[in-house]
Amino acid sequence: MRQKHSIWFFVGVLLLVYGVAICFTGLWELKYPLAQPPVLVQLHAPIWWGAILGLAGAVFVVRCAQKMP
Amino acid sequence: MLSFTGADAALTRTLLLFPAMQPAKTQLIHLSAIDIFIIVAYFIFVTFIGFYVKNASKSSEEFFMAGREMTAWIAGLSFMSANLGALELMGWAGSAYQYGILAAHAYWIGAVPAMLFLGIVMMPFYYISKANSVPGYLHQRFGSPTRAFSAISFAFMTILMSGINMYSMALVMKVVLNWDLNFSIWLSSLVVAVYVAVGGLRSAVFNEVLQFVLIWAGALLIPILGLIEVGGWKNLMRQIETNLGRTDYTHLWSPLGHFNQNPMGVHWTGVVLGWGFVLSFGYWTTDFLVVQRVLAAKNLRAAQMAPIIGAAFKMMVPLIVILPGLLALSVLPIHLLPENVAVATNGHSYNEVLPLMLVRYCGPGLIGLGVTALIAGFMSGMAGNVSAFSTVWTYDIYGAFLNKKGSDRHYVAMGRWCVLIGVLVSIGTAYLVQHSASIMDYALQLFSFFIAPLFGTVILGMLWKRATDAGGFWGLLSGTVTSIGLWVWVDRDPSALRYVALSPAAQGMAENMYRSLWAWIVCVVVTIGVSLMTTPRPAAALEGLVYGTTGVQAADETRWYGRPIFWAIVVAAALIVLNIVLW
Repeated sequence: MRQKHSIWFFVGVLLLVYGVAICFTGLWELKYPLAQPPVLVQLHAPIWWGAILGLAGAVFVVRCAQKMP
Repeated sequence: MLSFTGADAALTRTLLLFPAMQPAKTQLIHLSAIDIFIIVAYFIFVTFIGFYVKNASKSSEEFFMAGREMTAWIAGLSFMSANLGALELMGWAGSAYQYGILAAHAYWIGAVPAMLFLGIVMMPFYYISKANSVPGYLHQRFGSPTRAFSAISFAFMTILMSGINMYSMALVMKVVLNWDLNFSIWLSSLVVAVYVAVGGLRSAVFNEVLQFVLIWAGALLIPILGLIEVGGWKNLMRQIETNLGRTDYTHLWSPLGHFNQNPMGVHWTGVVLGWGFVLSFGYWTTDFLVVQRVLAAKNLRAAQMAPIIGAAFKMMVPLIVILPGLLALSVLPIHLLPENVAVATNGHSYNEVLPLMLVRYCGPGLIGLGVTALIAGFMSGMAGNVSAFSTVWTYDIYGAFLNKKGSDRHYVAMGRWCVLIGVLVSIGTAYLVQHSASIMDYALQLFSFFIAPLFGTVILGMLWKRATDAGGFWGLLSGTVTSIGLWVWVDRDPSALRYVALSPAAQGMAENMYRSLWAWIVCVVVTIGVSLMTTPRPAAALEGLVYGTTGVQAADETRWYGRPIFWAIVVAAALIVLNIVLW
């Protein structure tokens, strides 16, 4: 029996979950800055990197959902 | 993670040599709640995938070969991911800090040509023969004795390396996160055992693809932020040359004209013959751990494209491994030390460069992602080992010699038990090496013992019709015995190193490299000699197994841009350009 979803669907789900979680962590840090911030903290990497991961995940999920039988 | 590369070996061996000292190390990374959420989510997810594909892994073809229905992309990424372990990531990042950009040879000439060769030249034979494993191909080409010998040696090597890999992971987690050794070993092993035993190769392959994506997601931010900090590539090169007062850290080939002109102390012939030929071709074309992933492809074109896709991504791995090491040479305010010095002084070693760079640029959440990338790397390597072991044991030892008449269902059950037993034996091996530093030294020889001569046997079997069953068996046996004999010789009389490695000053990696070369040469010479003295098989019995016989054909693809050879040329051209640019 073939499985309903391809691996790319699960890759998308995990990236989406991770992306949203990391992006929100970055937004949280805007209001509550870290006591020991990393180098280049002013670039707000968690926000844009989380957004990129989340967006990529969403694209995978939507595309795989469209191809579902 | 059977890639016996110098950095892996150095990191693993050092960790194994100084296990008692590791607890004294400073914990590098402290996890926050979001980091723990990311790590726990990963463990839950990979286990879920195992159960999700369970119903698609009921027959032996489905369980051991993933139904032979993987696309080129999935097989290719899995092919690469099975090798891309955390030791690989951390070890080679440390080597980049220690040796500069020369470490990139391990990913370029030390891997890409062999992967392309597998895809273009060797894959048609593996795939069209419908062999379930490398020993399975040898059975068809050279008969049962050669199959038995290669299967037993592979099973032995795989289990031993799986345990060493497991213990190394636990030690790294202890150094980086201060995790308990037992906790790391049992948690990761049980998760791998569950998802591979339940879902078979399909589960291992799917998880390897997931792990591949996570490794990139977790590690790519370091070079991006690092290059922003130093002001771009040219500034990075300039700063390294200024900081170190030498230019051999920033060039790939120009310092290799003489042993004394580069930080690795290696000559270009060693790089080309050692990394580029014996070690690389032996590992990437005959080690069933990686070849199994490609055999799961859905058709010949996918099977040929998979290693080419893998090669393209392999070529990009230095971005997340070598570049962080180079960036550390420029931006880290502390000087990293050789492992033994770091242990003695409680300083930071070369091997800690990747976690240090992770901490430098990443806060909560991103650190969890980076640590998940390391764990994913370890687990993909471990899953590769146990799934390959399960297949070889069930098909090439149990089914071939111990119980030839079992039902398909029986063999699947045997495969599932084999995964569990393989993991348990690996755990035992992991605890064994904990109490004996010399075990790792033995393990480092395994590649030269078994894989180097195996490459000689397989390549002659594929390319030379005249090679006979007796030639294949005696060549493989004599190559293996030669390699083990050379190791014993140097072990008993260290001065023999001048003969084995052509220099009394040769060390670890060079000795392994030359021993591999001798083993390969002896295997080839004996195979040719014995074959010429014995009767070859009729041509009809070699169809689909040997170059020049009928039945072997290229992938069915009429569009020029869809042909594997076109993409192999593209990847090879990119490799040449990279090497010229960084000459």
